[in-house]
Amino acid sequence: MHAGIIFLLVIIGSVLFHIFTPWYWTDIASNWGGMDDTITLTFWVGGGVFVAVCLFMIYCVFRYSHKEDRRAEYKPEDKKLEKILTWATTLGVAALLAPGLIIWNQYVNVPKNAIEVDVMAWQWGWQYRLPGADGKLGTTQVRNIADNNPFGINPDDPFGRDDIMVESDVINLENNRPVKILLRSVDVLHNWYVPQFRAKMDAVPGTVTFYWFEPNKVGEYEVLCAEYCGVGHYAMRGGVEVQDKADYEVWLSEQETFEQLSARYEKLDVDGNKLAKK
Amino acid sequence: MSDEYDNNKSYQAQSSEVMDGSTGSVNPDIDYVRPAEVGEQDLYHGHSFIEKWVFCQDAKVIGVQYFLTAVFTGIVGLILSWLMRLQLGFPELAGFMTAEHYYQFVTMHGMIMVVYFLTALFLGGFGNYLIPLMVGARDMVFPYVNMLSFWMFFVAVAVLMASFFVPGGPTGAGWTLYPPQTILEGTPGSGTGILLMLISLSLFVIGFTMGGLNYMITILQARTRGMTLMRMPLTVWGIFTATVLAMLAFPALLVSAIMMTLDKVLQTSFFMPTILKAGEVLEYGGGSPILFQHLFWFFGHPEVYIVALPAFGIVSDLISVHARKNIFGYRMMVWAIVGIGGLSFFVWAHHMYVSGMNPWFGFFFATTTLIIAVPTAMKVYNWILTLWRGNIRINTVMLWCLGFIVTFVNGGITGIFLGNVSVDVPLSDTYFVIAHFHMVMGIAPLMVIMGAVYHWFPLVAGKMLHEGLGKWHFWITFLGAYSIYFPMHYLGFIGVPRRYFEMYDSPYMTSAVGMNEFISIAAFIVGAAQFILVFNIIKTLKTGKKAEQNPWKANSLEWYTSTVPPEHGNFGERLPVVHRWPYDFSVPGAKDDFIPQTTAPSEVIHTEVEKT
Repeated sequence: MHAGIIFLLVIIGSVLFHIFTPWYWTDIASNWGGMDDTITLTFWVGGGVFVAVCLFMIYCVFRYSHKEDRRAEYKPEDKKLEKILTWATTLGVAALLAPGLIIWNQYVNVPKNAIEVDVMAWQWGWQYRLPGADGKLGTTQVRNIADNNPFGINPDDPFGRDDIMVESDVINLENNRPVKILLRSVDVLHNWYVPQFRAKMDAVPGTVTFYWFEPNKVGEYEVLCAEYCGVGHYAMRGGVEVQDKADYEVWLSEQETFEQLSARYEKLDVDGNKLAKK
Repeated sequence: MSDEYDNNKSYQAQSSEVMDGSTGSVNPDIDYVRPAEVGEQDLYHGHSFIEKWVFCQDAKVIGVQYFLTAVFTGIVGLILSWLMRLQLGFPELAGFMTAEHYYQFVTMHGMIMVVYFLTALFLGGFGNYLIPLMVGARDMVFPYVNMLSFWMFFVAVAVLMASFFVPGGPTGAGWTLYPPQTILEGTPGSGTGILLMLISLSLFVIGFTMGGLNYMITILQARTRGMTLMRMPLTVWGIFTATVLAMLAFPALLVSAIMMTLDKVLQTSFFMPTILKAGEVLEYGGGSPILFQHLFWFFGHPEVYIVALPAFGIVSDLISVHARKNIFGYRMMVWAIVGIGGLSFFVWAHHMYVSGMNPWFGFFFATTTLIIAVPTAMKVYNWILTLWRGNIRINTVMLWCLGFIVTFVNGGITGIFLGNVSVDVPLSDTYFVIAHFHMVMGIAPLMVIMGAVYHWFPLVAGKMLHEGLGKWHFWITFLGAYSIYFPMHYLGFIGVPRRYFEMYDSPYMTSAVGMNEFISIAAFIVGAAQFILVFNIIKTLKTGKKAEQNPWKANSLEWYTSTVPPEHGNFGERLPVVHRWPYDFSVPGAKDDFIPQTTAPSEVIHTEVEKT
């Protein structure tokens, strides 16, 4: 008897907790509202099943608790009931799977007008690269990485010359413009994750991975590393600043290109040689 | 119902063949059971203390050895979880703990609980003890190999524990051991610690293969007369299927452990691409970190079911016995176990939706993953339909079963979130995942283990555990564990990532501080409550009331041994002959509310029992 009451309180408590929880999503700031909707749908269907199963169990505990003079029913199988339950479950599962797959289809198909952002990760930090006027990022190689080439751009690649280097852990993005995040790591796995954008993907050394989103709320966001990457994992933060087009253009124009950076280093070298000669 | 005999005619035709004289029944025709095809196995009885209790070949002793060793590792895992929760809830009290320590505790806690505790406990512990007894065999078919299996496991545990004491400490790579960080500096224990982990895992797989062969072949070849596959208790079905999964899945772990050892020791590049560390390009190149993840999860996902299926089987039997009702839909239950086992090999990459593998895999693995929800849901329905119109004893064992249903359904539903590829994107690598898998493969199987301990303790020790203490143990554990993991899902919604040593500097995470403190306190209490069981066992062994034979009035063969606790050889002079499934409870017309598997049809001819 007491057992049934306690179980009942647990279920009621769970539902109340869900309704009144102060801990819930951060306000969404990207186009992936569909993910939130699917979660809500799964909550209704799944939560409904959870509550129904538990209430049925509790009912049985109240109604059929042991009495010496009573006997349980003897009925090994009920084919019809089993069939109904199987089909109902299959339908429910399919109803949850369908929206999930539809949104995944959007997730893996990047819109054509998306701006590419090269996110480069290492233990433990981030930096970013944007395509220049040609709209294309230059190819890269880990072995090319040096002080005068922090992104390892292939020096012979013409597309790389005008690439915009953001040697900071904060990147600015233009509001309402889709972004294709190209992820790269020079050492171990990382994951560039902004909870408000909902989206994430691992950066894997040796390959380039991607995902996309469209920021739709101006503001500053914190980037978290979401794939364990060693002892500094928890401290591997970065930032995103979503700006309106005008502000973004201003910021963009202040950034250095690969060409400018190379020139700066050549000048440094020349100056250094002069100093050495003196 | 299941596995019906042809019909009465065929019995008459067969009755001219060898008759079973032992049943002494009125109408021998309906009691016919095919004679044994092979003779009985010779057993080596130990003569000295060492042969009887240390290097023992009796599966029951090996089972207890496995059980105790696994429980020892479990206590280590529990203490590690306390330390983690101390850091997460009360970092100011955990000043002694560095990030290195924290990640080492996380890693060792995970690996210990999944492999060395749960797997060893269910298959090595319950498997060894129960399989021969439940199928009516005198022992496992290869007792000597069985003994080696345990000692190999013992050495694996010793190597694992040794890694706490080597320079640099144990590995802190996370239990998934994802390369490249696992074997690079920047991860704690990337020197000796990870090597010992890989060696220990390899030893575990070797030892487990020896045991697994025994479980499979004993179930397939050594069942007693009349014990058809469709008359086996679901416990045996669960353990059997889990063992088959383990035999297919563990090689993938062994292979990845060997390759990673080579990457570490000989600088091969199975999993290692070109890497830039501290301005230097390392001597690796061309390897694939994602390949490791595929191999790991090809093992890792079936591993979930290696733990879950025995739990499914055991809980089915416990619910049926204590609800005094046949398990509902036995055949469905068997096929669900086999089906889940088979499907579990086609879902592994749902752990890798955001791993950077080709995203088109997502469609396939989301579909297979959600398909597996159907047989799993059927099992849940059948458990609660077994309770329906039952005659339910609300004792300690049943409480653990009810707790299992609540936690398992809860964890199963959140599995639908994570399996449904695009829903996984915001939730993966957050606390939602931690809450999900602890609920579904931590707490739920633990509930079954505890129920099983209270259920079979009278058989193993011949004494009844104290009910009052058992109920306290249950309620503290269930309510405590639920209040740890239910709210934890909501941390995941906020977006709090897992494997964070500390996290309070982020603006939207400050709201999690209070909850983290609450969860930590609950974790301390739940952990401490487990010592109620230890106390209960010690007290019962000393002063407990002696158990009668078959105290729960169950039908399966383990309760019908010649002595309690059963001696080596289990069944005395003659092996039992089986005439029915183990679920004939509350049969209309029968004198008692249970009919043992050994009862011949002619003895219950006036009842409405169905043919099984």
